[in-house]
Amino acid sequence: MASNNIYDNFVTSITQWIHSGLYHLLPPVWALLVELTIIGLVFLVFYALVGLFLVYAERKVCAFMQNRVGPNRVGPYGIFQTIADFIKLLMKELVTIKNSDKLLFNLAPFIVIIASFMAIAAIPFAKGLHAIDFDIGILYVIAVSSLGVVGVLLAGWSSNNKYSLIGAMRSGAQIISYELSVGMSLLTIIILAGTMQFSEIVQGQQYGWFLFKGHIPAFIAFIVFLIASTAETNRGPFDLAEAESELTAGFHTEYSGIKFAFFFLAEYMNMFIVASIGATVFLGGWMPFHVWGWTGFNQVMDYIPPSIWYIGKTGFIIWLMMWFKWTFPRLRIDQLLNLEWKYLLPINLFNILLMAFIVLMGWHF
Amino acid sequence: MSAESLILFFIVGAFLVGIALLFSSYIPPTSTNPQKSETYECGIPTEGLSWLQFNVGYYLFAIIFLVFDVETVFIFPWAKVMKETGMMGFIEIVIFFFVLGIGLLYAWKKGALKWE
Repeated sequence: MASNNIYDNFVTSITQWIHSGLYHLLPPVWALLVELTIIGLVFLVFYALVGLFLVYAERKVCAFMQNRVGPNRVGPYGIFQTIADFIKLLMKELVTIKNSDKLLFNLAPFIVIIASFMAIAAIPFAKGLHAIDFDIGILYVIAVSSLGVVGVLLAGWSSNNKYSLIGAMRSGAQIISYELSVGMSLLTIIILAGTMQFSEIVQGQQYGWFLFKGHIPAFIAFIVFLIASTAETNRGPFDLAEAESELTAGFHTEYSGIKFAFFFLAEYMNMFIVASIGATVFLGGWMPFHVWGWTGFNQVMDYIPPSIWYIGKTGFIIWLMMWFKWTFPRLRIDQLLNLEWKYLLPINLFNILLMAFIVLMGWHF
Repeated sequence: MSAESLILFFIVGAFLVGIALLFSSYIPPTSTNPQKSETYECGIPTEGLSWLQFNVGYYLFAIIFLVFDVETVFIFPWAKVMKETGMMGFIEIVIFFFVLGIGLLYAWKKGALKWE
């Protein structure tokens, strides 16, 4: 039964309209160029806006948890605070360090930003609203988003600063370790879904999200995913790489002005990407909350636009990650590695087998 | 859009960083003094370079990670076709996981997962 969602063809018709309009007005080569420029600009603006908003949200959430007011001077409720900060950072001088490796030092922010930018290309925001719908979507996002660690390692190494080096090494060990758990918890859902393509994964959750369809193993996978993705983005209780009380600022100690801002931005965008993947794979992405058989209820849910569902679910996971950050104390490096290798990894291996067995037996919904 | 359009995302990402770095390196006022370009390690003068030998523990974890990452790559195709392969595929993957578990146990007993 196909869903008769009123918003189904909305995005597709707009993109079709722009596409045909451009090709009607311009010769094909120019139309293609203009189209690519539009797509690039849209994603650029989206990227910057999400980054700015997340920094603001983090400061407000943090203030809320610590019983403070948070930014409240620039604009109503301080909503323009991060824009003012961005302009300030843009107008700061870029300090070059005498002993640093100049080439790698300048290359590092490029790698970090490009890695997160390419990962965004595969995320489905609504039906038809994604740049590229790979048939290996999940694998692609895992692969590209883990490239960021190269930038972090380069940043720490090329600064020629002991704190930076320690921070970068910790970050490297942490990201590669937890990447395994992220991959494996997503694998559990791939077994259930039988596909890695994001559009099919979302379609498969039309009558119940995978979190509920796969019951016990899916819940375990979701919890492991939350822990591992918080660690993979260098956040929360796992922010050893920039533990400011021991390492000044970790791998970006020597970065100033807009270069520092890019590391900051990349951290928040990685959080956004991870939360989007979590929302898409476990909570149904842009798919409204449906219950099998409740036609009236499902139709009411369909009236809420898919993008709102997507933003709500992603926002929920981002909020969870912020909550972690401001409530748990920071782990030591040995505790961190123990948690991954002695707990999460064996749990994940068993969980994959459990999920496979349940799918084979047909015990899922 | 097809996979080739990834190049677009690569270019846009590089453009974002490049334009901001260009702006920031020419427009803002600059000043120099000898201390400014020193390495910042909380005010104490730096002793030597930091490109030196490092704790081997990170290397050990990187090696174990490599093993498990390659193994994850092997599981991905199986996970995709799990429903078609059925019971036979499941038994095979159990054997695969068994061997893998022995490997993890071995590394554990050898102390490779211990941080010193």
